[in-house]
Amino acid sequence: MSPPIAPAGWSRWLVPPAALSVHLSIGQAYAWSVFKPPLESALGLSGTQSALPFQLGIVMLGLSAAFGGTLVERHGPRWAMTVALVCFSSGFLLSALGAYTEQYWLIVLGYGFVGGIGLGIGYISPVSTLIKWFPDRPGMATGIAIMGFGGGALIASPWSAQMLESFGTGSSGIALAFLVHGLTYAVFMLLGVLLVRVPRGAARADAAAAARGGVQVSARGAVRTPQFWLLWIVLCANVTAGIGILEKAAPMITDFFAETSAPVSATAAAGFVALLSAANMAGRIGWSSTSDLIGRKNMYRVYLGVGAVMYALIALFGDSSKPLFVLCALVVLSFYGGGFATAPAYLKDLFGTYQVGAIHGRLLTAWSTAGVLGPLIVNWIADRQEEAGRHGSALYGLSFVIMIGLLVVGFVANELVRPVHARHHVPAPAPKEAADVV
Amino acid sequence: MSSDGSQIPPVPSGRRALIAFTWLWVGLPLAYGLYELVRKATQLFTG
Repeated sequence: MSPPIAPAGWSRWLVPPAALSVHLSIGQAYAWSVFKPPLESALGLSGTQSALPFQLGIVMLGLSAAFGGTLVERHGPRWAMTVALVCFSSGFLLSALGAYTEQYWLIVLGYGFVGGIGLGIGYISPVSTLIKWFPDRPGMATGIAIMGFGGGALIASPWSAQMLESFGTGSSGIALAFLVHGLTYAVFMLLGVLLVRVPRGAARADAAAAARGGVQVSARGAVRTPQFWLLWIVLCANVTAGIGILEKAAPMITDFFAETSAPVSATAAAGFVALLSAANMAGRIGWSSTSDLIGRKNMYRVYLGVGAVMYALIALFGDSSKPLFVLCALVVLSFYGGGFATAPAYLKDLFGTYQVGAIHGRLLTAWSTAGVLGPLIVNWIADRQEEAGRHGSALYGLSFVIMIGLLVVGFVANELVRPVHARHHVPAPAPKEAADVV
Repeated sequence: MSSDGSQIPPVPSGRRALIAFTWLWVGLPLAYGLYELVRKATQLFTG
């Protein structure tokens, strides 16, 4: 499938909805927890077992984004969105069959493995195209799409819960819910497949940029540069710090104020978690757009430097002021979202637009690593502190110190980022060759 | 439409309708999600 070229007069404002239709769908992954209790009671699963489809899905997201990025660049966004649609929807259909026949392995295979490939390819599918359509505002453009990934869970969580309430939480009710999810997401994502276009002369523009001596680095070349790995450390540190709060948000706010005159109820803690999701989403579009004005390096200085200060404020004064605790946590979560959304534009600045989607796919392995690292640090330390007889905010003090340390490491890595050396640039094509590419 | 945004020709009216439709397509579900989020988030102050 050759990349779909935009006809004359095609508006670039048609491309963000195409990207959003994919990202709002695959963002459903973060609402998997809605299916956990019904699956556990219907199929007799443990909590660990019912988390398997989600965990495998996230692993497959990282792997398919890392290894499928070059294919996405070669075949274009329509091919990638079609693969994402087919994998993500058929993952649900396989899961429906698994739930109906009470074969749990089919749900793990369907949602986790097949659907997970859809997550990874879908996540990177619009990045390169958006950057090419919005060279003046790449941060805003990719911020819109990546905000959609956060928005997907907001939509799916109440929608799936209502569906299970209507269909029932037995195996046939779950099967029907999976079936409706698969079909609805297929129709919803189809808009993206039909709508997405690459700008006319995008490849020619890449070739011309290379000929002018502009930065254009291949995905294979990028991973051989220190800049890629410095950015990997930056993203990993920022995501780990965000997950550190996100992972235990509800118990954390409850523990912090358990011994005060105004303890936090379970309902209020759920409200806090929802507010964090809003900050995460707002940060994706807000901070990423800000990076177009102040520059990517400065934006990451804010994420990592101010993020460390926010963590220090929570650690030092968090248990004495609820508004301060909530405000600092919201800022950290907005930086978490912003860090994700600003990464593609930072990559574009460093490596050019030539294979930025594929490079972004490889960078997402930092997310997979942080996804393991963040919860591990916070949970392991909280458990050890509890065993040592500590309680309240003391359960988290050491975790916060580690998070500050990680953010400082990320800050230093960001400071070390320099323009990519010319030896990594792809050679400019010969004049005849440059004229042939569309 | 030039990809560098330097020369922006007027958008035909049919295309404007398509732009409105596509933004509604993604905007309406997102608005539903945000509404549910705000409902839940207010529990922090009332719960």
